[in-house]
Amino acid sequence: MANAKELKEVLAGPIISNNPIALQILGVCSALAVTSKMETAVVMTIALTAVCAFSNLFISLIRNHIPSSVRIIVQMTIIASLVIVVDQVLQAYAYDIAKQLSVFVGLIITNCIVMGRAEAYAMKTPPLMSMMDGIGNGLGYGAILVAVGFVRELFGNGSLFGIEILSKISDGGWYQPNGLLLLPPSAFFLIGVLIWIIRTMKPDQVEAKG
Amino acid sequence: MASNKESFARTLFIVVGLCFVCSVAVSTAAVLLKPTQQENKLLDKQKYILEAAGLIDTKAGKVTKDEIITAYDKYVEAKVVDLKSGDWVEGVDANTFDVEKAARTPATSFKPQNDIASVKRVANQGVIYLVKDDSGELATVIIPVKGYGLWSTMFAFLAVEADLNTIRSLVYYDFTGAGETPGLGGEVQNPIWIAKWQGKKLYNAAGELAISVTKNPVVAASEHGVDALSGATLTGNGVQNSLEFWLGEEGFAPFIEKARNGGLG
Repeated sequence: MANAKELKEVLAGPIISNNPIALQILGVCSALAVTSKMETAVVMTIALTAVCAFSNLFISLIRNHIPSSVRIIVQMTIIASLVIVVDQVLQAYAYDIAKQLSVFVGLIITNCIVMGRAEAYAMKTPPLMSMMDGIGNGLGYGAILVAVGFVRELFGNGSLFGIEILSKISDGGWYQPNGLLLLPPSAFFLIGVLIWIIRTMKPDQVEAKG
Repeated sequence: MASNKESFARTLFIVVGLCFVCSVAVSTAAVLLKPTQQENKLLDKQKYILEAAGLIDTKAGKVTKDEIITAYDKYVEAKVVDLKSGDWVEGVDANTFDVEKAARTPATSFKPQNDIASVKRVANQGVIYLVKDDSGELATVIIPVKGYGLWSTMFAFLAVEADLNTIRSLVYYDFTGAGETPGLGGEVQNPIWIAKWQGKKLYNAAGELAISVTKNPVVAASEHGVDALSGATLTGNGVQNSLEFWLGEEGFAPFIEKARNGGLG
C-alpha cells in the first residue's frame, strides 16, 4: 500500500514540477478556449478534475480485466460516459456556465490529459493512487487555467469572477482594457510566459539541445 | 484468469458488460436531471424575453430565479399566432407550445418558398410575447426570429413597441453549436451594438420593411439603418435575412399587418 509521502508526491507533483500543460504541453486547446473568464476556467477545472479522477479510478479498478486489444476503446467508453454525466450535471445546476463552455465540456473526451493518464498511469497502478493521480493532474491543468484566466479577465475585462476590479473607460472609469487578452491567441502568449517562468525556476525541465 | 483475458469470449464479455454499465449510468443521469435542465432552459428563455423588453438588465449583475419568475408572470403573456392568417390561435398553451418541434414535424409546418434565412422548415404557428407595463397597457411586442449566420443558426427576440414599428431591442440568446466567431460575429450580443437598435423604425412611410444592417454610414445614421459589425459581414447578413424573413410574408407579416391596422385584439 502506498505511503503518505508517495501519495503526496502523486497528488502535488503534477501541479508545478510535472504540470500536464506546462511540461507535457497537453490539453492546450481547451486551455485557450475557456480561460477568458475566471468563472469558466474554474468550472472547467472542476469538470476535468472530476472526469480525470473517476476515469483513472474506474480504469484502475478493472485494469487487470481489460483485454489489451481493446484497451483504448474501453478507456474511451469510460471517459466518454463520465463526460456526458458531468455535462448533464452542469446543464442542470450551472446552466449559464454550461452554455458558455458549450462544446468544450464534451471535448474533455478528447483531452489528452485524461487519455494520457488513463493509458500511462491508471492501467498499471492500484485504484487509490490512480485516483490521486487524476486529481493531481486535474489540479495541475486547473492551476494553469486559473493563472491564465486571472490575467485575461483582469486585464482584458477589468474584472474577476464578473466583479469589477479596474473600472473601464467604457463604463466611465480610467482603465483601457486590452482587447487582445479576450481573444484565444492571448492564452498562447500567457501559457508561453508561464512555461518560461517555470523552466527558469526549474532548469531540469528544459529539453536537451539536440 | 489473467492468462486467458485476451481470449475472444472474454474480450466480448468485458466490452458488452462495460457498455451496459456505462449506458445505464449515462441514461440514469440524463433521465434524473432532465426536469431541472428543462426548468433552466425555460428560465433562461424568460430571462432573455425580459431583457429584450427592457425589464431587467443582465449586464448589471445577476438576476435571481425568483425575480425572473415574478417579473415574467406579472408582465409577459405568451400567445400562439397562426402565421398564414395572422390570427391568434385559441386553445393552445403558448408556454408549452414547442415551435422547434412543430417545425420538425411535416404535418405542422411548411417549407418556405423564399428561404433567405436558411430556416429549412417553418412551423404553421408561432409564439408572440406581449409585454405589459405597470398600468396593464401593452408596452412591448416580442417577435422571435432565427436565421443562419456564418457558423450557426442564431436565435433572437426582436422587441418592438406597441406601434409594431419602433424597435426596442434585438437580443440574441442562443446559437447552435459553437456559435458565431467570438469578437467578430459574436458581437451581436455586445450591449453597445444592441443599443444601436433602440428607436430604429422597421417600416418606412409607405409601410414597406426598411430596416437594414448596413455598412453605409449615411443609411446607418437614418432611422432605418443599423451600423453593421466590422469583420462580421456574414453574421450581419444573417441578422438582416432573419429579420426580413420573419417580418416577411412567410413569417409574421400577416399578423403584424392585422395588429398594426386594428390593434391587438
